[in-house]
Amino acid sequence: MRRYFGRKLLIYGLTFFMAVTVNWLVPRLMPGDPVASMLARARVAQPEAQEALRVYYNNLFGFDLPWWQQYLNSWGSLFRGDFGISLWAFPTPVADLLTRAVPYSLALLVPSILLSWVVGNRLGALAARRKVLDNTVLPVSYVLTATPYLWLAALMAWGFGVVWGIFPVAGGYSFSMTPSFTWDFFVDLFWHWLLPFSSLFLVALGGWAIGMRNVIIYELESDYANYMSALGAPQKLIRRYAFRNAVLPQITGLALQLGVLVAGALVTEIVFSYPGLGSLILAAIQNKDFFLLQGAFLFIVLGVLIANFIIDVVYVIVDPRTRVGMVGAAA
Amino acid sequence: MKTEALYFAVRNTKLLVGAGIILVLLGIGVIGPFFIEKPPTEYVGMQMQPPGAEYWLGTNTFGQDLWAQFVHGLRTTFLVGALGGGIAAVIGMVVGFLAGYKGGWIDEILNMLTNIVLVLPTLAVLFILNAYIGVRSAGMQALFIGLTQWPWAARSIRAQTFSLRGRDFVDLARLSGVGSGRIIAREIAPNMSSYLLLTFILLFGGSILIASSLDFIGLGPTDAVSLGLMLQQAHQWSAMHLGLWWWFVPPGAGITLIVGALYVANVGLDEVFNPKLREL
Amino acid sequence: MTLEVDDLRVYYRTLKGDVQALDGVSFGLRDGEILGLAGESGCGKTTLGKALIRLDGRMKHVGGSVTLDGQVLPIGEDAKMNPYRFKQVSLIPQYSMSAMNPTRKIGRMVRELLESRREKLDLDELHQRLELVELPKDVLGKYPIELSGGMKQRMVMVISTLLNPSLLIADEITSALDVSTQKAVVTTLKGFRDRGFVKSMIFITHDISLTNQLADTIMVMYAGKLAEKAPASTVVNAPKHPYTQLLISSLPEVGVRYADKRLTGIPGNPPSLLKPEPGCRFRARCPLAFEKCAEDPPPVEVEKDHVVACWKAA
Ligand SMILES: Nc1ncnc2c1ncn2[C@@H]1O[C@H](COP(=O)(O)OP(=O)(O)OP(=O)(O)O)[C@@H](O)[C@H]1O
Ligand code: SF4
Ligand SMILES: [Mg+2]
Repeated sequence: MRRYFGRKLLIYGLTFFMAVTVNWLVPRLMPGDPVASMLARARVAQPEAQEALRVYYNNLFGFDLPWWQQYLNSWGSLFRGDFGISLWAFPTPVADLLTRAVPYSLALLVPSILLSWVVGNRLGALAARRKVLDNTVLPVSYVLTATPYLWLAALMAWGFGVVWGIFPVAGGYSFSMTPSFTWDFFVDLFWHWLLPFSSLFLVALGGWAIGMRNVIIYELESDYANYMSALGAPQKLIRRYAFRNAVLPQITGLALQLGVLVAGALVTEIVFSYPGLGSLILAAIQNKDFFLLQGAFLFIVLGVLIANFIIDVVYVIVDPRTRVGMVGAAA
Repeated sequence: MKTEALYFAVRNTKLLVGAGIILVLLGIGVIGPFFIEKPPTEYVGMQMQPPGAEYWLGTNTFGQDLWAQFVHGLRTTFLVGALGGGIAAVIGMVVGFLAGYKGGWIDEILNMLTNIVLVLPTLAVLFILNAYIGVRSAGMQALFIGLTQWPWAARSIRAQTFSLRGRDFVDLARLSGVGSGRIIAREIAPNMSSYLLLTFILLFGGSILIASSLDFIGLGPTDAVSLGLMLQQAHQWSAMHLGLWWWFVPPGAGITLIVGALYVANVGLDEVFNPKLREL
Repeated sequence: MTLEVDDLRVYYRTLKGDVQALDGVSFGLRDGEILGLAGESGCGKTTLGKALIRLDGRMKHVGGSVTLDGQVLPIGEDAKMNPYRFKQVSLIPQYSMSAMNPTRKIGRMVRELLESRREKLDLDELHQRLELVELPKDVLGKYPIELSGGMKQRMVMVISTLLNPSLLIADEITSALDVSTQKAVVTTLKGFRDRGFVKSMIFITHDISLTNQLADTIMVMYAGKLAEKAPASTVVNAPKHPYTQLLISSLPEVGVRYADKRLTGIPGNPPSLLKPEPGCRFRARCPLAFEKCAEDPPPVEVEKDHVVACWKAA
């Protein structure tokens, strides 16, 4: 088990290291003076800020220092939580923008991932059991996984928001509201959250259902299932075992799908103008705010790595074999 | 074996339906543009026309013909999918074959690399690369997608190679002094050709979905029209609020149809190649 | 008689037609009798074993009957067979290494299995039986992967016989083992019979000399049919069926498994079981074949307890 975690942490460490390095390197690969060219391309909100920004970023990049010093400094500011200052939302620090957006993104991601995983697994297990269900759940699931997140989001926003007018289609809460700890505000928040959450949930659902169905069918054909059938064990018990064991590869699958799910959340936020990281990234791209973009990149990488680690811990708890120490989840 | 596969292939509904849809859409994307004289971005006149006899899919707020965009978009979407999926498949094969066949420290290093790229969130990497490097052709987009999509393919190909490596015919070739490259090309790859095909199809579909996300956040090709870009523009110019459903429904449906058909064909092919999955 | 099998026919459904893997086999098994089942690969041994406890999805019961302890087993109906399984008929599978759920502790799995069959777990009895196969009690608190291969197999042997079934089927449970472990398994199985854990047993193997050590009776099958059945010593020393004779004589020495050796004495291959020609199925390879062999030779009891299906032997 220690080896298993050691390996995982090494991979995550290397990944983060690489991400930071790429992040440091990419702007320096741009021809000419990166600060000047970035500032020139960006749409800075206040023109008078240009000069201040130039000075600030020249200092931050520290081009007069040797490259390794620059590199070390960038790690230093990273650990201080300093991601620079946004060009687009000058003079707000990038870190502030990001930390303000992250709760919204998490509020969409965490419930939709967990719920779609749980419900999808249940559905898939049911589909593996009954032909009728298999013939309905499976095609629907394939359509759902083939649907681009952004399109389902757009369809739902259009249908439920514009045509039927049931839900709001933009923002995290109504313009007329000021964030506060009141019941009204929470209702408003929830109302804005429901559609983007549902569309994320639905698209992700299909994949889990398909995956669970296939794994459980495989488990039901495994040796232990055959042995139990030969000993006359009721299908209920065999299915319980099969489901339990089929959950394991689905947990690994969750780790593998994180990137896709995060991407899905980002575009869904954009469709709903939801004030999470996705909308921030869109703003950064449209306004050529490279510092904001870089900060968002590191935030997402870090978030995905942490999530991966949590999944590893869960896996060890759920699969006794990892604790016994012989095997681990597929790296 | 080949004739048997063919026997089941022409009887497999999933494969036939999936392949049929793909062929029809591919046909529209390949041949369609030749029947449309004007470039897809040209302003043809009437704005915000609903679908009708003249403009099959209507026009947008600028008076552009959406059918023309759709047809050209199909072409780009297929191109990016095939290219991105192909690049990913090739990288995945090279890494998977090498790691699985060579083993040892080569395997260790490649495996580590695979795992690192695997946990990196693809879209985040792509938006950093795309935004900075800023080259915005469809081919470049496909290349970037290919460069980030290969890890899971590499991993499963590695596992398969690993199990084939110990087989008699591979041993025999090795003993008679055949080089690694040749053994992989002549003995191992042909033995998992069906698996490689299935992998490519999944990568194909995945690449299309990623491309649509990239297009949508404004990092799509600037030299072409794609289904994802149609969605992006529809969103950017508030098609939803203006009630121009024909601007964003068809391109999304097109993507869903292509990817769904690829996945279904993939399941069908799997059944064709894998006797255990055939239903009696 | 514990077991009576009468003209049992079980076919495999395939796209090309039915594979007649078990085509009219009849035999009986007395209380306390151990039957060794032998024959070339593909002759239908596994099919017979499965037919007695659980048909897989492709198998269909075409005809004949199986009677165990005076009750006719509904072998063609999966659900109706359930009450008999484990309690009357049980099996030690070939895949002992993977027969136990990898994510359950063994003790808990056994308890859940028994509860699902509405049986109470007699922990003392279980501990005694574990001791008998030289397994420590604490295996019950372990996961299968914590056991060695041999331990897993012994554990499965204990589980399968826990409810004292009338009939135990053991299909090639020794083929993956080394010689000394094989001996131990054989001794254990004998012990199970002697202690009354199982009434009778069908032991399927490729190793005739091993069968000889364990079995009271040996039954030789050929291409889905019974060829010869007799007390073990008779089959080994005085076989009457030409196929059995070739089989025995092609064994150069004790301990050599006939599966490892091509049957050099018998050129040719068994016939296809898809649409087998009428007549003796061994005809094409039989050195003694004559015109009469174009008809099916019926199994005949040539002397007491010695059944042969061959025109020459009758
Ligand atoms: N699933 C199946 N579908 C079609 N035919 C089958 C199937 N399983 C077995 N058979 C055929 O049935 C016949 C008997 O098979 P069986 O497995 O009973 O042989 P066996 O005597 O156990 O052989 P072995 O010694 O190799 O285990 C063989 O000819 C085989 O080809
Ligand atoms: S019946 Fe004829 S062919 Fe068959 S074994 Fe006897 S002699 Fe040979
Ligand atoms: Mg067998």
